[in-house]
Amino acid sequence: MKVRVKFQKYGAMKFIGHLDVMRYFQKAFRRAGLDSEYTKGYNPHQIMSFAAPLGVGLTSDAEYVDIGLNSSDEPEVMIKRINEVMSEGFYVTGFHILSEPEVNEKAVTAMSLVSSADYLVSLKDGYSLWDMGDDVDGTVTRDRFREAFESFYSKQDITILKKTKKSETEVNIRPMISMACFDEAEYNKNLIENAMLLTGPDNKEGSNSNEGSCLIEAASRAEVYENNTKVYLRLDTGSASNLKPELVMEAFCIENGIQYNPYAWQVHRLEIYTRDEESNRLISLDRLDK
Amino acid sequence: MRKLALSDEILLSVEKPARYIGGEVNMRVKDPKDVDIRFCMCFPDVYEIGMSHLGIQILYDILNRREDTYCERVYSPWVDLDKLMREKNIPLFALESQEPVKDFDFLGITIQYEMCYTNILQILELSQIPIYAKDRSEDDPIVIGGGPCTYNPEPIADFFDFFYIGEGETAYNELLDLYKESKKAGKSRREFLEQVAGIEGMYVPAFYDVIYNEDSTIKGFEKKYEGAPDKVKKQVEMNLSEAYYPTKPLVPFIKATQDRVVLEIQRGCIRGCRFCQAGMIYRPTRERDLEYLKKCAYEMLKSTGHEEISLSSLSSSDYSQLQELVYFLIDEFGSKGVNISLPSLRIDAFSLDVMGKVQDIRKSSLTFAPEAGSQRLRDVINKGLTEEAILNGAGEAFLSGWNRVKLYFMMGLPTETDEDIEGIAILSDKIARVYYDIPKDQRQGKVSIVASTSFFVPKPFTPFQWSRMDTPEEYLEKQRFLRSKINEQLNRKSIKFNWHEAEQSELEGVLARGDRRLSKVIYDAYMSGCLYDSWSEHFAYDKWIKALEENGLSISFYNGREREEDEIFPWDIIDAGVSKSFLLREYRRAKNSLETPNCRELCYNCGAKQFGGGVCFNEQVLSGSNHENEVSLMDVEGSQGAGGKE
Repeated sequence: MKVRVKFQKYGAMKFIGHLDVMRYFQKAFRRAGLDSEYTKGYNPHQIMSFAAPLGVGLTSDAEYVDIGLNSSDEPEVMIKRINEVMSEGFYVTGFHILSEPEVNEKAVTAMSLVSSADYLVSLKDGYSLWDMGDDVDGTVTRDRFREAFESFYSKQDITILKKTKKSETEVNIRPMISMACFDEAEYNKNLIENAMLLTGPDNKEGSNSNEGSCLIEAASRAEVYENNTKVYLRLDTGSASNLKPELVMEAFCIENGIQYNPYAWQVHRLEIYTRDEESNRLISLDRLDK
Repeated sequence: MRKLALSDEILLSVEKPARYIGGEVNMRVKDPKDVDIRFCMCFPDVYEIGMSHLGIQILYDILNRREDTYCERVYSPWVDLDKLMREKNIPLFALESQEPVKDFDFLGITIQYEMCYTNILQILELSQIPIYAKDRSEDDPIVIGGGPCTYNPEPIADFFDFFYIGEGETAYNELLDLYKESKKAGKSRREFLEQVAGIEGMYVPAFYDVIYNEDSTIKGFEKKYEGAPDKVKKQVEMNLSEAYYPTKPLVPFIKATQDRVVLEIQRGCIRGCRFCQAGMIYRPTRERDLEYLKKCAYEMLKSTGHEEISLSSLSSSDYSQLQELVYFLIDEFGSKGVNISLPSLRIDAFSLDVMGKVQDIRKSSLTFAPEAGSQRLRDVINKGLTEEAILNGAGEAFLSGWNRVKLYFMMGLPTETDEDIEGIAILSDKIARVYYDIPKDQRQGKVSIVASTSFFVPKPFTPFQWSRMDTPEEYLEKQRFLRSKINEQLNRKSIKFNWHEAEQSELEGVLARGDRRLSKVIYDAYMSGCLYDSWSEHFAYDKWIKALEENGLSISFYNGREREEDEIFPWDIIDAGVSKSFLLREYRRAKNSLETPNCRELCYNCGAKQFGGGVCFNEQVLSGSNHENEVSLMDVEGSQGAGGKE
């Protein structure tokens, strides 16, 4: 059977790169005693597929890995068993047994489904955007940032130079950004209007534990900074169209004459979606099988 | 949430930030406020190498079993972080608590190879601990050295408060109890070290002066503190069968050199190869109990989630219950996706059967370590491996489907001649011929033979400790000669020849058999920028030469002379169990190309029996022939035939 596991990645674990996260989960699933499916041959390895690898330095509330199991206990039990062997910085929140693909239908991997993702980008404490004099509690910076970002986002064209190994091409990234907002209430409102999640504002049924599926309540692991200068973004993600949040922030800084410092921003992934073609709504990966 | 010592900005700008964040699976978590003793264990090389070391895992486990002690870890910061820490004056920190090492009670450094000596100085300097022991104050941690290099601690004597000679299992509890008492009683650093000198196995270098002869050799040691022992006797854990084994080893996030469960099946080696330091200093050979090992394998695979298990020992084939252990591992874990890796196996029917089961023959290669090219020279080094055994083993392996062979040799061994070197080419060719003697339809394409040579470095506490070492020029000449001889062989196109750099080995030779005057050289080399000397891309030969010259010392004094039989060595202060007279007897036998049987066959009275155990001891007691062997072999020099063949 195929199972989709959802987990958070935070704290010091943001320094662990994607390949090492894969190695980590292989060992973790062995420690948890999962009845994993293995490939055949002299070097058997677990069948495992990650959706949209997260870059080093980023944290996340919604990472997904699809795994193959021969057998499984109740999803709640499985989550508990895996979390018992996790180190601080990894926390499993969801376990969903996926329905078997129809005959003649190829199983789809988590990776190939992804169309977009939500990010929270925060200015880290100790970094400044403008020289604001005695802006003690950061309100002046926060308001100016919001104003500047709104004006940036209202443009039709945000053209950046995309460097590849061979050449540089001009790309308009504006169509790849489908949301920008500045506080949690606004963001939640947007979710209700546009997205279908397993829990949260959309989930009217109030149940989050169906047969073969469990999502546990977990507070967001996004780091909170005193300066409170932040933006929520929804960006194209996946093989068809992909935009990194760092690139958006760089374009924003260039537009505003700010020296872009990659270390000044903490990027946190909030959710990964696929687009439902019929309703044109976004569906979080863990809700997909419903 | 754990707070990190380094900022996000620093961690994101260095290579592999996971080296510095700790938090690994099975890391011990304690509140530093709840303990009396803070111990920082250090492996002075980069994280991925240090994390692969079994000894630290054992000590980490032993020390953390104590409720009053928190043992943490530190490794060498890589050069990128080294630079940033100096610029920003960040003190080196331990991985667990992320707190500065300088606030600890102890810094214990394991010293596995000579080429890490400058890294020790880096650890001290970045920790903001005075590099020289004599400059340390009451507030600085006590710096302890341990590991194989401390069998000649003299070149690094000035940097350590004391050395722990021998196996860590035995005396740490006594040491820490003593420290706690001493701290409670408000005793000074000096008073504590005086008490330490009273524990067997502890060497406090500051309590001795070295007196030199006019020709630069050593005249003797002069005690500066009366309570210090005349000789420091190595510590040995005699009850290995049940002795502390860490069943919850740390699992790093990034791939370490050893990314697997390591099961130490025995300690010591019965073979007695005359170039091998490990084979002498880890005597007597002691085996771990089979049932205990089975239990450990279960627990360790479970607690780590590793997908591979490897056996560790100097010569696995000599473990008496190897077959049972290996078949158990295959049956028990093979079906659960666990790879089983078996280094250092002799090629025989059993090992071929096992290898066929656990690895893909097409992708793996056979490894032999004849070490020398001719039978004569193999007898000199007491390698106990015959050409017949190599050719038969290779032949059987070829019939089972292998077609790749790796051969390891040393060049520059004592008494080596052109014929011995040519023997490397001839042996490589003979192996290829064995392959092509097999009918074409029964073999798998072409054979590939890779012959690698390293530069022999004489080590303390080996029969070759008196030997002269070749110069890099001589070595390179031999290398060119071998190249030309390989080109003369029929199967030259099947033979690939690899060699090691000579200059690193030359310095290793100086540091291995050096004296206390080298402390200043190491200090100067470090101050002029030497670091990570074991990494060829960082090794700066010129800086070392300059440091030696400026201190009036020459490489030829350390490497370029045959030592007198009665010369006092810098390491004579250490009693490693094997006696100097045994080593000398072995050196003389070597020069006469006489083999010495292994410890299971016959006791040659090396001296390690004083520890009251080991395979030689136990088996002789059982067979009741102990006494007889001993007497008949007290003086065997020159007596032909006594060095029995297998």
